[in-house]
Amino acid sequence: MNILRKSDLKRIVACAILFAAVQGLLFAEIIGPFWELNIVLICINIILAVSLNLINGYTGQFSIGHAGFLAVGAYTGAIMTVKLGFPFEVALVVGTVAAGFLGFLIGLPTLRLNGDYLAIATLGLGEIIRICILNIDYVGGASGLMGIPRFTTFAWVFWIMIFVIFFIKNFKNSSYGRCCLAIRENEIAADTMGIDTTKYKVMAFTLGAAFAGTAGVLFSHYFYIAHPASFTFMRSFDILTMVVLGGLGSMTGSITGAVLLTFISAYLAEYPEWRMIIYSATMIVLMLHRPQGLFGNKELSMKMFGLGGGKDGRTAESK
Amino acid sequence: MLKVSNLDVYYGAIHAIKDVSLEVPDGEIVTLIGSNGAGKSTTLHTISGLIKPKNGSIVFEDTDITGMAAHKIVGMGLCQVPEGRHVFANMTVMENLELGAYLRSDKAGIAEDMDKIFQKFPRLLERKTQVAGTLSGGEQQMLAMGRALMSRPRLLLLDEPSMGLAPLLVKEIFNIIKEINESGTTVLLVEQNANMALSIADKAYVLETGRIALAGTAQELASSEAVRKAYLGG
Repeated sequence: MNILRKSDLKRIVACAILFAAVQGLLFAEIIGPFWELNIVLICINIILAVSLNLINGYTGQFSIGHAGFLAVGAYTGAIMTVKLGFPFEVALVVGTVAAGFLGFLIGLPTLRLNGDYLAIATLGLGEIIRICILNIDYVGGASGLMGIPRFTTFAWVFWIMIFVIFFIKNFKNSSYGRCCLAIRENEIAADTMGIDTTKYKVMAFTLGAAFAGTAGVLFSHYFYIAHPASFTFMRSFDILTMVVLGGLGSMTGSITGAVLLTFISAYLAEYPEWRMIIYSATMIVLMLHRPQGLFGNKELSMKMFGLGGGKDGRTAESK
Repeated sequence: MLKVSNLDVYYGAIHAIKDVSLEVPDGEIVTLIGSNGAGKSTTLHTISGLIKPKNGSIVFEDTDITGMAAHKIVGMGLCQVPEGRHVFANMTVMENLELGAYLRSDKAGIAEDMDKIFQKFPRLLERKTQVAGTLSGGEQQMLAMGRALMSRPRLLLLDEPSMGLAPLLVKEIFNIIKEINESGTTVLLVEQNANMALSIADKAYVLETGRIALAGTAQELASSEAVRKAYLGG
C-alpha cells in the first residue's frame, strides 16, 4: 500500500494553501480564540469521523465505542508528557499505538459478532474503558488528569488530520481496502472468495482505533485536561452521528459531517437549552429524507457539480 | 477427489448432520438431494469451512481440510457458490468477477478466464459495468457461478442454483453446469429440484433429516420407487 500517491501531490498543495490561509487569519488575530478552539475541534472531529468511517463505513462493522479509544489516547498521551516527561511527539506515537493495540486485542474476539451484537459489545467496551479510568487514582480518577501542557497547535492538528485522511483514502484504494469493502458488501461471499475476513476486520478496527488514539492525544494536549466525562458514550454517539450524517462509507461525507456538526454545536452553544432539540430535529429530518446520509457512499467530487472548484479543503480529499 | 466420512454437525444442541459419508470422484457431477431442512446446505457449508464439524473428517485431494478456515480451503481449489447467490450487490459485474480471482496473481490467466466466462455467460458481458444488485435473479446466479470459476476451482460446490428461477432459466443454468463439468471441473451440486439434478448428475445421495437415506448412480435413484414417490412427484 502506498501511503502517498503521485496524484495526491496536487491535493496536498491545495491543503497547504488552505493551511496557510487559516494560519494567516489566526496570526492576524482575525479568527478569535473561540473560533480557533472550534477549528482545532473540527480537525480532531474529522480524524475521529474518518477513522470511524473506516470501521463502520468501509468494513461495515458497526462499532459505537470510539470514545473509548479516544480516551485511551488522551490519557496515555497525557501520562507520557505529564507524568513521565516525554516530548509531545513521543506522546503522539505512544497514544496511537496504545489505542491501536487495545483495538487489536478487543477486535479479535468481538469482531466475530455482527450487526447489533457488535454494536452492543463496543458500546460496553467504551463504557468499561471510561469506568476503569474513573477508578484509577494515578490519572486523577473522577477529577481528571490536570495540568497537561498545551502542545497541540493548529499546525499539528491540521497536518495530522491531512495525514490520516490520506492514509485512510489510500488504504481504501489498496487491495486491503478492497477486501474490507467486499466484507461490507457480503461477508459470506467474501469468505467463499478466499478473503480472510477476520484478518481484514481486525485490521480496519485496529487502524480506526489507533487514529482515534491520535485524536485523543491531540485533544488532551489542547484542553489542558483529560477528564472521564469527556469520553462518555454520548461522545461515541457524536462521532457516529457525523459519519452517518455524511453518509456511511463516504470519506468526504465524514469530513462534511464533522465540520457541519461541530459548527452547529458551536453556534448553538449560546442556547444550551435548545441545542439538543435542534440537533435531534435535524437528525430526524435528515433520516426521513436522506436515510443514506448526505452523500450516501459516494464521494463528493467536482464531477458531482459538473464543474470544477469546491469549498475549502474538501475538494482535496475527494476521489 | 473429495471424501467425507462420518460427519457430525451440531447447531447448539441440535444434531443437524448425522454420520454423513459421501464421496465425489474426480471429473463427475455428484448431487445431494433432499427436502427442506434435510441438512444439504449444512453439509456444503461444513465442506467449505464455514461451519466446523463436531466429528468426522473431510479429505480433499489427500489433504485433511476438516475444520480448516474457509479462505484457506478456497486457496486449495475448492470453491462454493452460496445459496441465495450472495453477489456483491453494490459492485459492478466486472468487480465481482475480479474479486473471484482474489487469490490469483497471474494477470494474463485472469484476463483469459474472464473472457471464457463472458463467452459462457454472454448476458454478463452485456451487463459488464452494471451494478450486480440490479441484475435479475438468473443473472445473479450466473454471476455467482462465474465469480466462483474465476478462482479456477477443481471442485465447485453449488448450493441450490435453481432457487427462485423461472423454469427456462433453470434449464439454462443446468446446461451451463454440465458444460463447466465437461471442461474439467468436478461438481458437487445441492438441489431441491431433484428431477433436474438427477438428469445431469453421475452419482447421487439422498439426505433425509441429517442422514444419508439413499445413495447410488443418478440413474438408479431416478428410477427408484422411493425417490420417485418422495421427490419426483410420482
